[in-house]
Parts: sequence; structure tokens; C-alpha cells
Amino acid sequence: MTNNISKDILLKMYETMLLIRRFEERVGDLVLKGEIKTPCHLCIGEEAIATGACLALEKEDYIFGNHRSHGHYIAKGGDIKKLMAEIFCKETGCSRGKGGSMHLIAPEIGLLGTPPIVGASIPIAVGSALSSTIKGSNQVSVSFFGDGATSEGVFYESLNFASLKKLPVVFICENNFYSTHMPVFKILADTNIAKKAEGFNMPGVQINGNNVIEVFQTVQKAVERAREGNGPTLIECLTYRWRGHVGPDDNIQGTHTDIRPKEELDSWKEKCSIKRLEKYLLEQGALSETVKGQIIEKIEKETQEAVEFAQKSPYPKEEELFEDVFKT
Amino acid sequence: MRKITYAQAINEATKQLMERDHQVFIIGQGCTSPWYVGNTTNGLFEKFGEKRVIDTPISENGMSGVALGAALTGLKPILIFPRMDFMYLAFDQIINQAANWRYMFGGKVNAPLVIRGIINRGGEQAAQHSQALHSMFAHVPGLKVVMPATPYDAKGLLISAVEDGNPVVYIDDNWLYKEEAEVPEEIYRVPIGKGAIKKKGKDVTIVAISYMVKQAAEAAEDLEKEGISAEVIDLRSIKPLDEEIILESVKKTKRLVIADVGWQTGGIASEIANKVYSKLYKELKSEIEIVALPDVPAPASQVLEEKFYPNKNNIIEAVKKNN
Repeated sequence: MTNNISKDILLKMYETMLLIRRFEERVGDLVLKGEIKTPCHLCIGEEAIATGACLALEKEDYIFGNHRSHGHYIAKGGDIKKLMAEIFCKETGCSRGKGGSMHLIAPEIGLLGTPPIVGASIPIAVGSALSSTIKGSNQVSVSFFGDGATSEGVFYESLNFASLKKLPVVFICENNFYSTHMPVFKILADTNIAKKAEGFNMPGVQINGNNVIEVFQTVQKAVERAREGNGPTLIECLTYRWRGHVGPDDNIQGTHTDIRPKEELDSWKEKCSIKRLEKYLLEQGALSETVKGQIIEKIEKETQEAVEFAQKSPYPKEEELFEDVFKT
Repeated sequence: MRKITYAQAINEATKQLMERDHQVFIIGQGCTSPWYVGNTTNGLFEKFGEKRVIDTPISENGMSGVALGAALTGLKPILIFPRMDFMYLAFDQIINQAANWRYMFGGKVNAPLVIRGIINRGGEQAAQHSQALHSMFAHVPGLKVVMPATPYDAKGLLISAVEDGNPVVYIDDNWLYKEEAEVPEEIYRVPIGKGAIKKKGKDVTIVAISYMVKQAAEAAEDLEKEGISAEVIDLRSIKPLDEEIILESVKKTKRLVIADVGWQTGGIASEIANKVYSKLYKELKSEIEIVALPDVPAPASQVLEEKFYPNKNNIIEAVKKNN
């Protein structure tokens, strides 16, 4: 293959992105049906970032997410039954029904939490990177956050400290051009986020977040740099969420949410990361219509199983309200 | 037994914990500077190096997140705030994140983080370098709060806090740093959530916190001369609260005075008063008295400071009011 990426990895990218897409489409439908009540922030349209980044990591590497982290959980290899069950707030969920969609965890695959306070996981990932240097382990940490988080003071505190101490951390900003309802140009004095790295004496790159291969290769390079002890990298991935800030609604102008121009959304749908990779794989002969059909069928089956598992699972027992506050 | 100061006791506990367990490290603004943290970290940088004694930029929220991240990945950080007042800047990481982490993620990971805040009052430092925030932290589920009043407890509670495996806010007081007492050389523990009877008595119970324990003990000595026998309880832990030791004492004395280093309104003293009143209201022989800071910010002028900070005389007055 071109790009020096194996066919296996390219197919894994395709399958992972499709799984995230299909999983979240099902979540959106179940929200509309009233079966899911926890607030769900969907990443449909942004799948390439979580997918490309997590494929550049080892299982032992740590990732931290945010309020919009179904994709990070799936891309790092988390069990989607436990994810769906958590979104249903059931006892069998990854956070045992205490977290809901916004609080996901899967320590077994290195996802140590997705705190939904904007920017909160950025210093925490720096801390887990510090931990690697103190322990002498080779693990790299990643924090995923949105463009909105770059307005938080803690973002700058974290960049400074990570670069100062040359910590093995990669900052991945998923810039979808909207900080909840506010377009970035209305909240940032300079909308070039990658450039902010300069002030902290660390590399910052702006890439196409809808090109999974570009994400993968950029993160690979940043991870290598981090593992070699050369410090952090800020990667700004330009992308767009097809749905609104929260829930299945697309927030286009003219609807009650009235935020984004329809033409803007349509133009980004043209830049769909999944279609882009699919076209490339078909052209390269890495994917046939038959294999594509098999992959879609497999994903359909897995998501259906996850939904059924969540539906059938029990809610937490009342006494569980008082459990898990402290380690005893 | 040899005697050491309160500050030396904190220093010794930290040193022994770091020697014994490579997972323990300290991080915080000024943690290599005696100007900031008294003698509590003297010699640690020289002994353990910059990897485990990390003096930081002035980024309270960021550094608290860093300490939490290290705790979530198997280390046992002691995060130091040289003035408690600066902790307001880190409320997101301490409260939203550290305190909630275990619960909101279904008990899957622990956050073994000790957050050491120093009360640093007096000397005309005024509103932003004088505060005691224990009651605010005690309000939050997921945090434990301890406040040693003696060199012995300063060492034993720090060891317990680091071994606890949960976020523990450990609050020491600069006004106590020079207090000297017998402290065992070896590692030992003072249990979190257990108060101690500092002096036995039968006429009134004085529950005291941190620096007010010393004031209460002196007040009790003076009261003894006047024929009033006061029982002094050193609370040691604010959360969990040792209700039993308080209730047992008040059942016997029927009178209660609470001496706190924090503000009046909404503080731990009110919480204690509520617990005692709701369980023993039929047995009480007088109103419960609270000796605490008035509801104003800390002033600068020495004259105003003297009025602002309660002392043993305020405790004596409170005892006599209802005796």
C-alpha cells in the first residue's frame, strides 16, 4: 500500500470509523425514542480523529476524553456492550450506571476517564505522563479535547508544564468550529489553535481531522517523539460534528436551535472521513464490495447486540447509591 | 522519647513515606522553599531529587490535575498548597475531578491523592493569605479532611492520609509549626475519623479544631482553677467526623462549646452543633456555644487581627456564659 500503512491497519480504520458512526446513529435513534435519557454528545462526522489517534497508540498507553467520548472509548478498543449499557445508565455499564454518556472509563484498555468539565482532562493527562517519567515506564498519554477547551486557563497551564518537563503527552484538539453554540471566531482572538504551541516551545500542527491517514501518521510521529523523551505535541484536527452540541438534532439554522448554516453542514458531509477512506480503499483494491458488505453486517450485528444487552440489563440497585465514594 | 516540632514531624513523615515507597512524591508551588512551607520539606529535594520533589509554576488548577493524573496511574502524590487561599484556584480539579473521580466512573479506579493545604494566618497578611477552608472541603462527598493539632498527630495523620488510597485534604497550621512534643521515630498511624480526648472533665465539653485545641487546653487549665472541669476533645478529622467521641462526652457533661478556626456561618461547628442537638436535645443543660471567626474577611491591621482571631479567653467566656 502507499503511505506505508498495512492493509490490516487501513481496514481496521475503516471498520472502527464505521462502528463509531453506526453505534452513535443507534444512540441518536434511541434518544428520539425516549429509551436513552442521559445527555449524549455525538461525534458523528469526527470519527477519524479518535480512530487515527488510537491506532497510533499501544494498549498500555493512556487516553483521557471529555463529554463527547463515545468515539474515544470505541477507538481505543472498549467493550461496546458496556458502553451502550452505560448510556442506558444500567448496572452493567462501564461506570456501573453512575456516569452515563458523559463519564466513561475502561482502565483495561487505558481509558482512565472522560470528565465532561471542559478542559479538565488536559492536566490529568499531563499527570499520567509525569507518572510514566517517575516510574520509568514507556507509556504515552493523550488528552482529547475540543476547540472550546482552548479558552480554559488550565489548557495553557498544562502546555507550559508538559513542555517544561518534556513529558510524554500528546494534546489532541478536535476543532469542530463550534464551542457549544458559539462559532470559534466569536470566542477566539486567534482561531489558529496549533499556533498556540509556539509560545510553549513545543511543536503544534494543524491537520485535516477528516483524513484518518493523516491523523494516524501525525499522531504516530508525536507519540514517537514523546516516547523518546522529547516532549509533547499539540495537534489541531479540523473537523465538523454533523449533529448539534448535544443530542441527535443537527442545529441547523431555521430549526428551533438555529445555529449553523445548512450549506456549511452539507459541505462537511461531502468531506465525510468514512467515504473518503472507503473510496481510497476501493481504488487501491484493499476493499471489495463483498468485504465491505461483511464489515457492515458485522457492525450491524455488534451494535444490535449492544443495544439488546443494554435494554435487558438491570438498573443499579438502590443501595448502590452509597457505594464507590471511597476505596475501603 | 525525643521531642521534635510540628513542622519537623511533617518533614519526617514525608521523608519516611518517600524512603519506604517509591510511589510517593511531592509536588506544589514552593515545596523546595522554606519561605513558603516552613521547614516541612527541608532536605527532601537534596535527598530525592527533582523527579520526586517537584516545585511548580504558579498554576494551581493545572498542577492539581497533574497530581490527580499521577494518582490515577499508580502513584501517591502529596500535592502542596503553601497557602490554603490558593486552593480556590484549584476547586475544579480538587472537587469536580479528584473527589468525584472514583464515584462517577463506577469505582473502577482510585485517586490516592493527599492535598496538603497550609493555614498561614496573622502577620497582617489580610484576606487572601489567611483563610481556613476545611469546612468547604468537608461539604464535598469524596474528600476526607484531617487537621492535626499536635506534632504526634501531624506525623501520624500524614502517614494515614498517604496510605488511605483516597483524596485526603490534610490541613496544617503555620501557627503550630514550632510546637514541640514527643514523636516516635518510626512510622505509625493516627486513624482518620477518630478524635482524641485531650483532657478529661465533667462539667463541659470543648470540641476544638487545629490551633484552637491549644487554646482550648489552656482555657481548660484556667477554668480548672475556678472549679470548672472541662473535657477537651481534639477533633483531628473534620470528615469523617467522630460523632461518637463527641456524643459520649456531651452525654456526660451536658454542655458543649465548639472552637473552630473557620468562619461561623455554615461551618463544621454548626454541623457538630446540629448533630449533638438532634441526638441529645433532651439531655442538654444549656445552649451550644460556638467560638469561631466572625463572618468578615481576615483584616490586615494587627489591632483588627486581635479582635478577629478567637483565643482562650473567648472559649472561657463561652463556657461561663451557660455554666
